[in-house]
Amino acid sequence: MATTPNATAPADVPANPQALSRRWFSADDVAHLITLIAAATLLLITVLLVYQLWVLSAESRTKFGWHFFVTSTWDPVAGDFGALPFIYGTLVTSAVALFIAVPLGVGAAIFLAELAPPKLSSSLSFVSDLLAAVPSVIYGLLGVFLLVPIMRTTVQPALKRTLGFLPLFKGPSYGIGFLTAGIVLAIMIVPFVLSVSREVLLGIPRDQREAALALGATKWESTWKVVVPAARIGIFGSVFLALARALGETMAVTMVIGNNPRISESLFSPGYSIAAVLANEFSEATGNLYLSALIELGLVLFLLTFILNGLARLLILVTTARGSGVLPS
Amino acid sequence: MRLVKKLSLLVGLLMVATLATAQGQVLLNAAGATFPFPMYSKWFDLYKQAHPNVQINYQSIGSGGGIRQLIDKTVDFGASDGPMTDEQLKQATVPILHFPTVMGADVPSYNVPGVSAELNFTPEALAGIFLGKITKWNDPAITSANSGVKLPGDDIVVVHRSDGSGTTYIFTDYLSKVSPEWQKKVGKATSVNWPVGLGGKGNEGVAGLIQQTPDSIGYIELIYAVQNKIAYGRVKNAAGVFVKADLAGVTAAAAAAAKSMPDDFRVSITDPEGNKAAYPISSFTWLLIPSKIADPAKRDAVKGFLKWMMTDGQQYCEGLAYAKLPKEVVVKELKAIAQIQ
Repeated sequence: MATTPNATAPADVPANPQALSRRWFSADDVAHLITLIAAATLLLITVLLVYQLWVLSAESRTKFGWHFFVTSTWDPVAGDFGALPFIYGTLVTSAVALFIAVPLGVGAAIFLAELAPPKLSSSLSFVSDLLAAVPSVIYGLLGVFLLVPIMRTTVQPALKRTLGFLPLFKGPSYGIGFLTAGIVLAIMIVPFVLSVSREVLLGIPRDQREAALALGATKWESTWKVVVPAARIGIFGSVFLALARALGETMAVTMVIGNNPRISESLFSPGYSIAAVLANEFSEATGNLYLSALIELGLVLFLLTFILNGLARLLILVTTARGSGVLPS
Repeated sequence: MRLVKKLSLLVGLLMVATLATAQGQVLLNAAGATFPFPMYSKWFDLYKQAHPNVQINYQSIGSGGGIRQLIDKTVDFGASDGPMTDEQLKQATVPILHFPTVMGADVPSYNVPGVSAELNFTPEALAGIFLGKITKWNDPAITSANSGVKLPGDDIVVVHRSDGSGTTYIFTDYLSKVSPEWQKKVGKATSVNWPVGLGGKGNEGVAGLIQQTPDSIGYIELIYAVQNKIAYGRVKNAAGVFVKADLAGVTAAAAAAAKSMPDDFRVSITDPEGNKAAYPISSFTWLLIPSKIADPAKRDAVKGFLKWMMTDGQQYCEGLAYAKLPKEVVVKELKAIAQIQ
């Protein structure tokens, strides 16, 4: 872990005997070392995690190979496992959640940071932070007892009447399923989008707004054309944080998704997500193959998060390179 | 690192100190099934009061985890809602003995708007519904057993457990016995590949979904239904009688099965023959005990507990809504304790 001391350490500080005698454990070096250890620990944990998942999933990987990703049977009795319905469910619920949460969260953040009076802004964002601290099982329970009946009796029939020509909104309304899981997830991740986006927006220097206003822009033009683009990267960051939370959410999803490993284009139909099946089946998984298939699902979830994050970085790179010229960051 | 060492040293010292003060203290670690956990924790507690030198720690991590930890020898004994398979028994380094402790049962619970009567279910109707072949409430397979009840022509919504559980094991074991098609297509396990339906997590999840979804049917643990006053239907047993589940009916099922009880107690008592009072969707839950325990103090503690549990301990079952073991089974089990060496 130990590396060479920071080259820029104050080696040439002129003669102060006390400083000289303490030189090799100067405050800078200590800070350097501590932060390095912190960073290295994070990396180490990630590597160990992947290594463990890789090793423990060996039996399933050798038996199913690539078929694991493209087959949809999940039969613990026969020992036949495929991950596709779970991958599908994870992606669909997260997509629904982002579709709802991003406009809502970013919109609210713009209002709170730019337009609302400061008092209202800080109290509302306090409320939103509270939402982020609610345990997910509470959201799940609220989902089952509050949202599910509304979905079944009101929202889903209304969607069928208006948008029923789309395959997304067909089939019987159970009240639970992809759409309900996505909505519960959206409620859970909005505070992440809102909180981070608001901070980023507030961090944009005042000069920029004033410059825009001085050039004759309206308040809204200065917000939408100057401040928001400048905060773009931070807002993206908030979305990815929210996405990561959505991908890995367990309790709330399993309570409202229907837990049925099935691929259906209708958002009304029950489905399953990777995190939910892990939570449901891990404790009672007896066979070695069964257990290693579940662990491979964990590995898949890790990969999924990794790939999506990679794509996200790429997106940032591309949009920043194209740049609006407002804020080279 | 140094902190960890210091802490572990401290913990070690504390353990030495407690051992020194309470001589002959025996600590047994166990893990497994969640379904009998309330019963077990009461038993272990009462047993400690009577025998202060025996402390049993039980982690209710699930049957699968219990079996795994027993095979890995990280616990002194395990507990499971389903018997260990031959393959699992082979993985253990010493032969494992099964001891039935209490019994549980699954009941069919449903929510059919406009129907307040207790419905009767034949095995064929239950298998058909859960296979997805009987899709309407007014299907002849259901109505023929419920004359006088007006059932709607709505689609049946099937609800099952999504988490791996002994409850599912009992139910799928029953369906495998009464329906060859179920046996072939789905089979029995703590989690199966359900042909139809929505999954709810835990008894509370299934009960919640049934309550929330009109025209639904699912299975829940008898204890959960009794404690939460959830209505449930009758099921036809092998003697042709529609039985509403209660503790006596579950014990009767075990008594009916006791005659053909194998010596290793790995027996399913679902759908037993020859007892009119037997409730057909019942099962034992087992303690899994290694047949060789090297430490004599631990061995005596385990044997002592088993004997107490089968005799004095049984009187506490019904207070917690568990069905107690029938006498025939107790006699047989008491003999089997001698196999622990």
